[in-house]
Amino acid sequence: MNYNWNWSVLFEPEYFGWLLSGLGWTISVALCAWVIALVVGSLVGVGRTLPNKFISTICTAYVELFRNIPLLVQMFIWYFAVPEMLPEDAGRWMKREMPQPEFVTAVVALGLYTASRVAEQVRAGIETVPKGLSAAATAQGMTVAQVYRHVFLPISFRLIVPPMTSEFLTVFKNSSLALTIGLLELTAQSQQIAEYTFQSFEAYTAATVIYVLIALTATIIMTILERYTRIPGYVGKEG
Amino acid sequence: MTFTRTRHLLAAAALAMGFAPAVLHAQDFTGTLGKIAENGEIVIGHRESSVPFSYLNAQQQPEGYSIDLCMKIVEEVEKTIGKDVEVRYVPVNPKTRIALMANGTIDLECGSTTNNLTRQQQVEYLPVTFVTGTKILTRKDSGISSVADLDGKSIALAQGTTNERAVKAAVEELGLDVKILPVRDHAEGMLSLETDRVDAYSTDHILLFGLIAKSKTPDDFAVVGDFLSFDPYALMVRRDDSAFELVGKIALANVFRSGEIDAIYAKWFDPLGVPADPLLKSAFQLGALPE
Amino acid sequence: MGDFDFGVILNNLPFLWQGLQLSLLLTFLAVLGGIALGTLLALARLSGIKPLALVAAAYVNLIRSVPLILVIFWFYFLVPLALGRPIGGFYSALIAFVMFEAAYYSEIMRAGIQSVKKGQVHAGQATGLGYWQIQRYIVLPQAFRNMIPILVTQGIILFQDTSLVFVVSLRDLMTASSIVARTEGRLVEMYLFAALVYFVICFAGSLFVRRLQTRMAT
Repeated sequence: MNYNWNWSVLFEPEYFGWLLSGLGWTISVALCAWVIALVVGSLVGVGRTLPNKFISTICTAYVELFRNIPLLVQMFIWYFAVPEMLPEDAGRWMKREMPQPEFVTAVVALGLYTASRVAEQVRAGIETVPKGLSAAATAQGMTVAQVYRHVFLPISFRLIVPPMTSEFLTVFKNSSLALTIGLLELTAQSQQIAEYTFQSFEAYTAATVIYVLIALTATIIMTILERYTRIPGYVGKEG
Repeated sequence: MTFTRTRHLLAAAALAMGFAPAVLHAQDFTGTLGKIAENGEIVIGHRESSVPFSYLNAQQQPEGYSIDLCMKIVEEVEKTIGKDVEVRYVPVNPKTRIALMANGTIDLECGSTTNNLTRQQQVEYLPVTFVTGTKILTRKDSGISSVADLDGKSIALAQGTTNERAVKAAVEELGLDVKILPVRDHAEGMLSLETDRVDAYSTDHILLFGLIAKSKTPDDFAVVGDFLSFDPYALMVRRDDSAFELVGKIALANVFRSGEIDAIYAKWFDPLGVPADPLLKSAFQLGALPE
Repeated sequence: MGDFDFGVILNNLPFLWQGLQLSLLLTFLAVLGGIALGTLLALARLSGIKPLALVAAAYVNLIRSVPLILVIFWFYFLVPLALGRPIGGFYSALIAFVMFEAAYYSEIMRAGIQSVKKGQVHAGQATGLGYWQIQRYIVLPQAFRNMIPILVTQGIILFQDTSLVFVVSLRDLMTASSIVARTEGRLVEMYLFAALVYFVICFAGSLFVRRLQTRMAT
């Protein structure tokens, strides 16, 4: 089949603007969700390793629940179902008064989902800290909180930087799911350009190139971070 | 003269005696007809929520005005290629329908698609089967009675529709501050309105009546405003395939000429209380080309 | 939206079941295709033939940088255009999943192949086996066995990923639930039901993986 190539369409102010705005949303959703994922994920990950049965059970339940339901389903539940389950006023607030409802919903859904994956990395990091270290710390008279503060966390957070790189990249990719609830992020914008101009090849290529650039940038940042956080002489687990 | 005439007669006799089907093989047809003859199936693109043109019924099967018209075309196709064909349905939406037609996934699109010149760069259309235009659906108590009233309000628009562009253009022209929620299809648009996420939804006025009719609380909603666009609907076929297009035109001309169209129209639009527009009746007459 | 209505789920059970069957079929075929293509990619990267290894690495890194939705859009609209003939929505989606997941499976298989001790390959060479014979009889069987838990885990992820065919209206469990949710106006029921079905299947799958791991560890 013949295809009329027209790369210049991507540089028409209107469509170029769409790509830029899409990129803006993609980065905003991904970074905001990443903050939620780091905070919640660290708490849940640490919680799973605590000696307190009650806390560790709840944290395990969190991970299993959020990890075993597709992100798309979670996004729809937050967007479509939650406002209907809340009292009428709160539901209406979520739908109408809340600023940028699609954006906020996407960030919350993506953040809490990614948190379950971050939690697993944090737990794995803590569990690789040799038992002897914590035993020695306890023998010194440290409390559980002190052992975490001075032994587990400093070591494990530096150990898990490499696996976290791939989670960080995944957040950017998964932010594309926001298009299903009407947020015009990068993938949605490229599809919209394809549909307005019928230049699908060019539109999807543009989005693909931008995603690759995002991935490269993120990888470089994380590599630098990795160099600074590496524990000398500590091989750790290879990603 | 007489000699040639005899030969023609002989040929006609041979055809009449049933030799013709033996001669016509799948490879005698090209393009879409050839594909249908070869595979023994025709692929129809349908919509999921374009009431009453093309939507899923309670059994989740596609039905509607456009689907009925398409069945007439399928019959004509069967007559042309001389064998029965299976109908396979593929769901399409405003974002996918043109691409799926252009890339050959579907052979015939039976939905509620506006025939416009931009789209004709990609696809071809059969004669007009309905005439409508963009209007606004809102709650009766919303205080909205025209586009101008949308200022400071929110409206859902289905991505990839002509209505999306019509409303955006009107909003821009009037310099209004309107929050636009892009939705995937009419069902999602109606859902946004019903769940109070937006103040209005906009698409072709006839579809708005269809959405009201299927709603649980039809009395709460009203179609308001002037037409914001002119949307003549037509069934979509592939571009540059005049043989298949002709079969479609023949089938529709027969339906228009015989008056069958009135029964089909009544079946789907009487329940909505929407009588045929004079403009639409003229379109039917113009489509009823002589044999 | 009123009280929780189980009736809407029961009434539409056959339709939802069809959706689930499509999800499972798509998962099954994409896992097979993804492992097959992924293994070839992994072999290419480890082949020692520079251009081949580079191409495979570039492919894997490219695919791993872009979202699955974009890959689905690419293949759904452009494969038929490139082939010049239609292949249907299901097959377009299947190709997209195979091409996408192969990149992830290739990383798993690469690790699996590298986990096989070099000495065994040398022993194979010493007995006069060719490259493909060594892969076929020595390396790949062990690589697969070592990687089974991870391969199954990736399969569970793939099953969750199939929900994304929603963006192209392919009638899987997610799309079917969505259709019912919208036509019946029962959002809460249908999305929670979909979540429950996915959860039960994926959680059962992950328990299975855990059992495999403990069995393999002993």
